[in-house]
Amino acid sequence: MELNDLTQNQGQWLCGSGPQSDIVISSRIRLARNLADFPFVGQAADADRQRIEEVLKDAVQGIEDASRLLYIEVEDLASVDRQFLVERHLISREHAESQGVRAVAIDGGERFSIMINEEDHLRIQVMRSGLSLDETWGEINRIDDHIEPRVTYAFHEKYGYLTACPTNVGTGMRVSVMLHLPALVLTRQIDKVFRSLQKISLAVRGLYGEGSQAMGDFYQISNQITLGRSEQDLIKQVHDIVPVIIDYERQARDFLIKESPENLHDRVSRAYGILRTAQTISSEETMLLLSSVRMGVNLGLIHDLEIPLLNDLFLKTQPAHLQKLTGVELDSSDRNIERARYLRRHLHGHADNDESEKN
Amino acid sequence: MKCQKCDKPATFHITELTDGNPQELHLCEQHAREYLSQSGVGAAEPENMAAALAHQMAQQMVVGQTAEELARLDQQVCPFCGISFYDFRSRGRLGCPHDYTCFEAQLNPLILNIHGETDHAGKTPKSGPQASLERTQLIRLRREMKEAITEEDYERAGKLRDTIRRIEQGDDVNETST
Repeated sequence: MELNDLTQNQGQWLCGSGPQSDIVISSRIRLARNLADFPFVGQAADADRQRIEEVLKDAVQGIEDASRLLYIEVEDLASVDRQFLVERHLISREHAESQGVRAVAIDGGERFSIMINEEDHLRIQVMRSGLSLDETWGEINRIDDHIEPRVTYAFHEKYGYLTACPTNVGTGMRVSVMLHLPALVLTRQIDKVFRSLQKISLAVRGLYGEGSQAMGDFYQISNQITLGRSEQDLIKQVHDIVPVIIDYERQARDFLIKESPENLHDRVSRAYGILRTAQTISSEETMLLLSSVRMGVNLGLIHDLEIPLLNDLFLKTQPAHLQKLTGVELDSSDRNIERARYLRRHLHGHADNDESEKN
Repeated sequence: MKCQKCDKPATFHITELTDGNPQELHLCEQHAREYLSQSGVGAAEPENMAAALAHQMAQQMVVGQTAEELARLDQQVCPFCGISFYDFRSRGRLGCPHDYTCFEAQLNPLILNIHGETDHAGKTPKSGPQASLERTQLIRLRREMKEAITEEDYERAGKLRDTIRRIEQGDDVNETST
């Protein structure tokens, strides 16, 4: 399997199925693990990093049928390919941008990815569509159990799994659920929700973009604490809060429909209109508009679109994806033109029939 | 002691040095987070924020320690990976698994502040903590072997190499038996 095989597909976690998938995009769990007999990555000499990579490369073999396991040496990748993996959430931004020997193992369905020599020697990540944390835990636990007897993990009697940063020590586990919350953003209630989550030590962060305003109204909710509770308890804490937030989002949507149905419908229709007809469009604007359209589909205001297509557009209109799809390097203004063309083609824009025929 | 901004107990004690004058703050967790996220970096991302919090907590230490004590703790060096506690304070990342043992006195209150707990309650690897402890010795032994070679003390280097092999192979035996 090769990296380019991923280009035409989308990860299983974006398929838009699974419980509550109109609001819950995906469930994700990661485990941080380190080998006992090497310094942590930040302190490891080049030779150590090399050795860690060799040991872990061996240890991940057999998790998945070899023909379905993609093993990539990140250091050797072109920058657009690294960015491509970041956009797909298969590696972290830090992993893409750091230096030295490092790798990632990905299964063909993009149901898991295993980073080697990120901040910790091993960062195992499993993702699923919709709210499906128990299944996600089952899978990541299986992967962890596969690797464990092949290496010696750094494990402390009192502190549990040892990590480079004490914020991850103990279980080394981060459980997160990605939610689409456009109505809570529109009604300006999102901050209230976040404040109450922080009180019970859950963290919230925007999915795309840098600032606190999440691009595309996607938010990720995760546990802040990793020590002193069992994996099941940590999962349960996130799992239990999600229905509450879903309920808030549904209430906010109902409020918008009741309060000003014309305004809401107008907003959604305009967003759809722009996406179908724009000739040049930035990635930020695309996210914003796709988010409105996605909500419009879920509320039955738009009938001729499917959620999986929208999920796919969120992914494929990002900079590295556009470049991989067109096969050429594009600067930002060329990307905006290409992005608009891509959107018109996939949203069956009528204003530009000639273009939409081209492939 | 109560938080200076609300009635909750103050669990964070921060000493801020402004123009060389120490200013003490006593805050509950929520207000400490707010305070540190205002002054810290990357406040928007919780994972960064947690790291920033850890970093700042470590930098400011617990109220009541004198400057000399702080300086002494700072200079303590892990014999395995060679980082000092000061290195951890400035980078926010530890150097090796042994740091948790070596810097335990400083790390324990920090861990308590971050997690509200200090004892692991989750999954345990089958090989247990003992295997990890033994294996971590390799970091120190490899380092000492390198030093012996640099010092051209080949007899010592040879002995160290044998010890390293023994530990490494001991593990291999376990591996094939499982």
